[in-house]
Amino acid sequence: MNILYDERVDGALPKVDKAALLAELQAQLPDLDILHRSEDLKPYECDGLSAYRTTPLLVVLPERIEQVETLLKLCHQRGVPVVARGAGTGLSGGALPLEQGILLVMARFNKILEVDPAGRFARVQPGVRNLAISQAAAPYELYYAPDPSSQIACSIGGNVAENAGGVHCLKYGLTVHNLLKVDILTVEGERMTLGSDALDSPGFDLLALFTGSEGMLGIVTEVTVKLLPKPQVAKVLLAAFDSVEKAGRAVGDIIAAGIIPGGLEMMDNLSIRAAEDFIHAGYPVDAEAILLCELDGVEADVHDDCARVSEVLKLAGATEVRLAKDEAERVRFWAGRKNAFPAVGRISPDYYCMDGTIPRRELPGVLKGISDLSEQFGLRVANVFHAGDGNMHPLILFDANQPGELERAEELGGKILELCVEVGGSITGEHGVGREKINQMCAQFNSDELTLFHAVKAAFDPSGLLNPGKNIPTLHRCAEFGRMHIHNGQLPFPELERF
Amino acid sequence: MSVIANDASALLLDQVNQALAAKTPLRIQGGATKAFLGRAVEGQLLDVREHRGIVSYDPTELVVSVRAGTPLAELEATLDEAGQMLPCEPPHFGEGATVGGMIAAGLSGPRRPWSGSVRDFVLGSRIITGQGKHLRFGGEVMKNVAGYDLSRLMAGSFGCLGVLTEVSLKVLPKPRQCTSLRLEIDLERALLKLAEWGQQPIPISAASHDGQALHLRLEGGEGSVGAARERIGGEDLDPGYWNDLREQRLAFFADPRPLWRLSLPNNTPALELPGDQLVDWAGAQRWLKSDADAVTIRGIAIEVGGHATCFSEGATTNPFQPLSAPLLRYHRQLKAALDPQGIFNPGRMYSEV
Repeated sequence: MNILYDERVDGALPKVDKAALLAELQAQLPDLDILHRSEDLKPYECDGLSAYRTTPLLVVLPERIEQVETLLKLCHQRGVPVVARGAGTGLSGGALPLEQGILLVMARFNKILEVDPAGRFARVQPGVRNLAISQAAAPYELYYAPDPSSQIACSIGGNVAENAGGVHCLKYGLTVHNLLKVDILTVEGERMTLGSDALDSPGFDLLALFTGSEGMLGIVTEVTVKLLPKPQVAKVLLAAFDSVEKAGRAVGDIIAAGIIPGGLEMMDNLSIRAAEDFIHAGYPVDAEAILLCELDGVEADVHDDCARVSEVLKLAGATEVRLAKDEAERVRFWAGRKNAFPAVGRISPDYYCMDGTIPRRELPGVLKGISDLSEQFGLRVANVFHAGDGNMHPLILFDANQPGELERAEELGGKILELCVEVGGSITGEHGVGREKINQMCAQFNSDELTLFHAVKAAFDPSGLLNPGKNIPTLHRCAEFGRMHIHNGQLPFPELERF
Repeated sequence: MSVIANDASALLLDQVNQALAAKTPLRIQGGATKAFLGRAVEGQLLDVREHRGIVSYDPTELVVSVRAGTPLAELEATLDEAGQMLPCEPPHFGEGATVGGMIAAGLSGPRRPWSGSVRDFVLGSRIITGQGKHLRFGGEVMKNVAGYDLSRLMAGSFGCLGVLTEVSLKVLPKPRQCTSLRLEIDLERALLKLAEWGQQPIPISAASHDGQALHLRLEGGEGSVGAARERIGGEDLDPGYWNDLREQRLAFFADPRPLWRLSLPNNTPALELPGDQLVDWAGAQRWLKSDADAVTIRGIAIEVGGHATCFSEGATTNPFQPLSAPLLRYHRQLKAALDPQGIFNPGRMYSEV
């Protein structure tokens, strides 16, 4: 079932007169950069999920908050849908444009407004890149903890919208744990502050609700993030295993020993080989799985923890345990993992990255299930896994030039996510629902839960103009999707009319 | 320790549906240990304490799922047996405090600035909504961005958005080493030192100043705690101080004047306050015993970018700091979405919500 906006199941969109809208925008906002010719709109037709493209009606590139304010007021009056976009690195199509909507690009808001070392916070505009915050804080030996793999390019506004994660989440949390305050503009163009400069604020925790809301509840105009002191040292252990089950159990053993690693990553044989061919990280290519365990903090503690974890890994049946002997080797160990996606890209014309999470104890069963599905669909799957926090990134290898392979990859991906839900996990750990996983939302939530989500959306955006069609599927879409996915002979959403 | 388990969710759902049908407001209650906080609620009692027990706990997953009526002390004892803890150190404020009350009040103890708050450890929830449905949000996994985060929204919402029946929480191993010390320096100097230490990897996990001395707790591995202890100096402190602080049992709290909580930005300097103060959270939370009126106290907090809550029942008509007009409007709209008939703890936080 196609994921591009389909008015038949996703709801009717307002019809917008492009010429009239453009004329009014130009009149009201003469200094606003507006793109409207098809050749100028082309580069904005997709985000990081490039298999899906829609040309936006118009692209606007504001530089002042007042422009965004006026734009939103105007769109609200005229009933024009608005899709916000930061750096466009998102992997779930959260910033996929609409033919009948304005694409609001926030990337030019790229100023770091304040770094306060004594208060341990940074106040930044939404278009500031994730890594740029840590770079600005570096002279004070501070940093911003969440580090999604796209951190060199992705912007903090998008991080807030997606509740971005990274490889250090188990110890340092997600975006939501590292924010103090977010300034937003509502759909009506009204300014509002969620959170505060203090550690909490009066009323409901709207900052928690807003984080990860995928541009559905408001537009981020400023972000105040927490900064942490940089860990004194970081050491990485690499352990090889002759089975993924053993590697999975070793992760539980490390936690049971009372140790919370800064990062804990697992790769399966296909990923290990691909990464080794590409990066020459020194990975053991005949291992069925490797674990990378990073321990960070104060030197004396890290030294003790390394000894403890080595012992745990050996007891868990590791065939080899190696401590990166110096910083260069540590960086190389990580480079293999961080380049796992492009490495897989070298052994397959295309790949499709999934983002399910599972309770860690379910890993062996889920990997077996993925391997069975892989065989059934005739497509290879490489597994990369944030083992510490249960976030899997299976990479489905396919060739888009072969007729039907993209569709097969998508269907296989959907099945993997449904498998994650079945064992008590989630369809998305950090990439977001966007458009990509809109159908799988029907597997994770029942119609009452989805209805409540729509009510929350309506509390902030009653006319549904902010990022229509993303994040929460309509019941109509779920009914349609359910008709095609009858599970164990049971029709999902039996209470709904079928269309 | 064995925890009595009983699933009374069907009964709770029935009671909510009856209240919805009769349009009767409900006063949701666990152990009533935090009933003094917030505005009085007129409504029929909905006691959640029969719905109790740990639904699942696997220490190696670092996740516990627990029913809302479970006594907080029982949950803490179960975690303690497995060498784990609730890092946010939620206060009990009396025997019988429940897990549901902990989430609803959203209060955290001395470790909060370093560990995170109650809401930071919420992973998933089950909620009876104002539509009379028992629904599940979030889950038992550390990372989950499917749908809106209604679970974390429950923390600190004082039961105004639904009846929380179950919550999944992230838990952590207890630190290997813990030591407490007392350093006789004045508040101004203490705040400067805390700002300096805050920028360094020093394993501080609690910092309070009682007007006489700075009290510090260090937690981590043997090496880091030992080194920090040596560097900072001072004299040993009875670690019971921290529990007395979180449970408000220090002599400071016995003062008969109303108690106020000021939540302030990091690195706020020492403030002249109209009464006696006790500083916690390295300066980000300041307790004030004062007869001054709400406007005066809030004025001081707002001036430095913070806010103030009254912790003494009946001392002021609006214990929670009033919201800006747009924020109040969205609070009301959100309340209407989750509780369209307004039956859940109406007015507990604000008269309009």
